[in-house]
Amino acid sequence: MLQEIFAFEFMRNALLAALFSSVACGIIGTYVVVKKIGFISGGIAHTAFGGIGLGYYLGINPLLGVIPFSLAAALAIGLLSKKAKVAEDTAIGTFWAVGMAVGVICIGLKPGYAPDLFSYLFGNILTVPSSDLWMIMSLDLLIIAVVWLFSKEFLAISFDEEYAAVSGLKTTALYLLMLCLIALTVVVMVRVVGIVMVIALLTIPAAIARMLSRSLLGMMIQSVVFSALFSICGLWLSFLFDIASGATIILVAGFAFLLAQAWRLFSAFLRAR
Amino acid sequence: MREPIIECHQLSVGFDGVKVLDGVTFSVSEGDFLGLIGPNGGGKTTLLRVLLGLQKPLAGRVTVFGGLPGRSPGRIGYVPQRLFFDREFPISVRDLVLMGRLSKKKLFQRYNHLDRVRVDEAICTAGLERLIERRIGDLSGGELQRALIARALAGEPELLLLDEPTASIDPQMKITIYDLIEQLKERLTIVLVTHDTSLINRYVTKVAALNVTLELSEPGITSCGERFIASVPQNSAFPNL
Repeated sequence: MLQEIFAFEFMRNALLAALFSSVACGIIGTYVVVKKIGFISGGIAHTAFGGIGLGYYLGINPLLGVIPFSLAAALAIGLLSKKAKVAEDTAIGTFWAVGMAVGVICIGLKPGYAPDLFSYLFGNILTVPSSDLWMIMSLDLLIIAVVWLFSKEFLAISFDEEYAAVSGLKTTALYLLMLCLIALTVVVMVRVVGIVMVIALLTIPAAIARMLSRSLLGMMIQSVVFSALFSICGLWLSFLFDIASGATIILVAGFAFLLAQAWRLFSAFLRAR
Repeated sequence: MREPIIECHQLSVGFDGVKVLDGVTFSVSEGDFLGLIGPNGGGKTTLLRVLLGLQKPLAGRVTVFGGLPGRSPGRIGYVPQRLFFDREFPISVRDLVLMGRLSKKKLFQRYNHLDRVRVDEAICTAGLERLIERRIGDLSGGELQRALIARALAGEPELLLLDEPTASIDPQMKITIYDLIEQLKERLTIVLVTHDTSLINRYVTKVAALNVTLELSEPGITSCGERFIASVPQNSAFPNL
């Protein structure tokens, strides 16, 4: 069975894409969960669809269109919610929809049928070309490097932003940097689960890891492992039953999340007895 | 002559046109232990935020260590209200206290041996040695409060600002926290904000009551030994402030 799977190059690439994307996803997802910025991350991801449309319209690799677009979205949403007198969820909701609209119009302007549009929305890990694998890997390294350099600052703004400011940190700049890392993670995840479902893989592995860890680093390592586990498990099930890979990965993650919550309730019940 | 550490002159602070503090004048000198009392929503936390440089005043003059607020982070230890924290956050007591060293560090600088020594000392002072590896979610309210005090101490501050350190803590724990603060008073200048007037009398050297107007009388006018009480004109326009 395993040999059968690895005989195909697309299957090897899919597996590597799943593993590499789990690294970015677990590390950044940890910040998303502890800082409770899931909604803003969803906003960045959906706004990024505008970048895919733009890339498609210009005839370049859509992933190259997503990088500047999602970075700009991260900075704009972050600044608007921090500095302007706009409620954060209003700012996020506006960008969310406008980004999608830009994408739809760009794709509509390009003559002809857009066959792989669906794969950007919902992911198709089985069609990852080797060039995209290199891009995913470089973004992984960049994310790890930035997180390592700013680890004490990121911990401070995640736990207690006010105390970080009192300690002399430039909290807004650090927050924007964190949002930019989320934007890059979205780019990494587009191939695997697609824009619509990125948010699930950013939050579920980290949420389960938080129940088990005593430090942020431990939580990151565990969420990388969970994320890889869900991706590979989902990939295998989708191969077995011939169903959509991205959606299967999300279902596996969602099921694990429910199991973890049930286990938590059950163990609390046992302790109370 | 003792150094003035905080000087506030005719300070006014407000949000959206509503003044929370109006015409506040007081000063804190080196070695003082000032207790700021007042009802909930009376602008006590706001005053601390102004002193920390987190909130800009509408009018008046504030200096902390002779400069603008927020310009001397390494000299101030801040203990925020315990109830604002996410107890589920995966962080141990040691890492929480280590955060107190942030103000001594530059960007990209990593924590070193000296930082860890200071953290151990602060944890000892707060009496948390046995809980050093404990996740903060597993601490009691009083233990978390002491961990937050240890975090402030780890930065080797000269001025300690405490915001409601005994809010929602059982009476027995309150005494131990005040004993800890009493011990710190020997070497630090302290400003303590609280609405708990029953305990504060036993410990502080200066009390200021904060309503819309705050005045601090000088020793000799309403003095009783070391301690003296501020007079508080009540402003009927803002009965809740």
